Amino acid sequence: MRVVIAEDLALLRDGLIRLLEAFGCEVVEAVDNGPSLLRALTAHRPDVAVVDVRLPPTFTDEGLRAALEARREIPGLPVLVLSQHVEQLYARELLSDSSGGIGYLLKDRVSDVKQFVEAVRRVAGGGTALDPDVVAQLLTRHAREEPLQALTPREREVLGLMAEGRTNAAIAARMFVTEKAVSKHTNGIFGKLGLPPSEDDNRRVLAVLAYLNAG
Amino acid sequence: MSERERTIDRRGGFVQRAFLNFVHGLIQILVTYLAVLPLFILTVLSILLIPLGVGIFLTPVMVTALRGVANQQRLWAEDWSGVPIQRPYRPRPSGETGPFRRLGRLLGDPATWRDLLWSLLNVPIGLVLGILGGGLTLYGLEGVFVAPLVARVADYGWGPFWTLDDWGATGYAGTVVLGAALTAVSVPVGTAAHKAHALFCRSLLAPTGGALAARVERLTETRSDTVDASAAELRRIERDLHDGAQARLVALSMNIGLAEEMLKHDPETAARLLAEAREAGGTALTELRDLVRGIHPPVLAERGLEGAVRALALSLPLPVDARIELPGRTDAPVESAAYFGVAEILANVVKHAGARRAWVQVEHDGRRLLMIVGDDGTGGADPARGTGMRGIERRLAAFDGTMAVTSPTGGPTVVTMELPCALSSPRTSPSSGTA
Repeated sequence: MRVVIAEDLALLRDGLIRLLEAFGCEVVEAVDNGPSLLRALTAHRPDVAVVDVRLPPTFTDEGLRAALEARREIPGLPVLVLSQHVEQLYARELLSDSSGGIGYLLKDRVSDVKQFVEAVRRVAGGGTALDPDVVAQLLTRHAREEPLQALTPREREVLGLMAEGRTNAAIAARMFVTEKAVSKHTNGIFGKLGLPPSEDDNRRVLAVLAYLNAG
Repeated sequence: MSERERTIDRRGGFVQRAFLNFVHGLIQILVTYLAVLPLFILTVLSILLIPLGVGIFLTPVMVTALRGVANQQRLWAEDWSGVPIQRPYRPRPSGETGPFRRLGRLLGDPATWRDLLWSLLNVPIGLVLGILGGGLTLYGLEGVFVAPLVARVADYGWGPFWTLDDWGATGYAGTVVLGAALTAVSVPVGTAAHKAHALFCRSLLAPTGGALAARVERLTETRSDTVDASAAELRRIERDLHDGAQARLVALSMNIGLAEEMLKHDPETAARLLAEAREAGGTALTELRDLVRGIHPPVLAERGLEGAVRALALSLPLPVDARIELPGRTDAPVESAAYFGVAEILANVVKHAGARRAWVQVEHDGRRLLMIVGDDGTGGADPARGTGMRGIERRLAAFDGTMAVTSPTGGPTVVTMELPCALSSPRTSPSSGTA
């Protein structure tokens, strides 16, 4: 898997390179600012980009903007955005083109190395990886709204894990139930949210998107 | 707008300048007679009616209206003639209740009486200078184009030469020449007349020494409040770091050190210690994040007030309709005060109002940042009771900002905050040129 990394702090950049290479990824380029990121992405067209939100030269949301611009140029380019803080606003912007291959995680999540690498792989494969904090905000926010009230607490829990981007197998392992039970719950969720049967993976993204866009 | 730009703006072309002088003069006269004079009479009447009781309620309304007109005059003096006039009024103290206190404050403010004097003197002075400023060009042009024609059909022509017929050909020629001369000088004379009027207004509408002293007193007060507040804030940050993140990081490195020792003979315990260490690291990060958010929210640094308020609106557990129109960014400290004001009020809405929806409106009218937060909750919010609202008032006061709360029992609650400040016009980030 070919990866481009954008992180301005040398310590973290080296850590990320070491970590991803330890798990068999090839880091084709590691940059430390927004303009070089855009250049690197268009030049290498990597399988996934791991991008810090705040980058030089503006030290604002340069990384996020560069990632969004790269996705406009290379549709569907998988990008995993890392940040010291997570905002629904940014999650919404990242998911606005409704295609997968998007991750948005707190930098803290890197410390759980296995889960982090799993998230990178998921994003590279066109899936989503939303930070549990974003998902939690999303669920409290919409808890009072109609369709979500129809969900059972168990289904809500499943939706939360689904929004983070987990597979049924991963959710089953997390909740200590069988995969079949999870599949029953997800079908219940899709039914209550009015998402017609189609490719399962896509409906998962749609379910999350529906909530992001509702507010 | 800088002073230089203003000068250029005032110069303009001859025709444009003449037209503006005329329009400004006309507005001046109309406002003087349709607003200032009636307001003078009504204000005096309402003051006279105080012993009967009616005046107690009527006077503040009239005085406030008069202040509105005077403020408009202050703006015009600056916009039209480049004569800035500060507002001299004493600020409304927080928690002012009852009509008597309000009346006392308004009548005790010398600026009220100077406004009143201005509204009387402006009647003749505004008229004369308004006519000079606005009418000269018109009169000159009339002398050149209209008066000679009228004199042909009637025996009497209104022009610089009266009555044209008595003077024969000299009259006709004279009126055209004089009319042209008047037109030529009308622009500098008109501009000077407007300037003279602005200076006259400043002599009465600007803060006097006493008002300046009052202002210095108020500034001293808000400054000491601000210094106290920021010192307390620093103490809180120091304590939070010391007891929180710092302690956790010490525990974390202790655990890692212990795990290092255990690695050889008890790898299982080592693994457990490392897992604990990772958890402690995560908790320390969360604490640091919360602390940073309390000092200066990262999204505010990244996206400015607009992005930060939008992000805030999205993160709250109730629907918040955010309407934000900001063509630029303001200074970081003002932005921060504005953000925390909105954030605190919205936090109150979530905690106390029992509201189902809330809305935020943020806009800048060229001079002030205006923030309005409303909800459909139960109302009854009292700024005198909540420490949060007091805190906002202090924060805003450091920038001459104010807060007004209307919250009748049963709702709805609307909080209006104002912060005088300028916006930097470019919306793009400072280094976008190099990008």
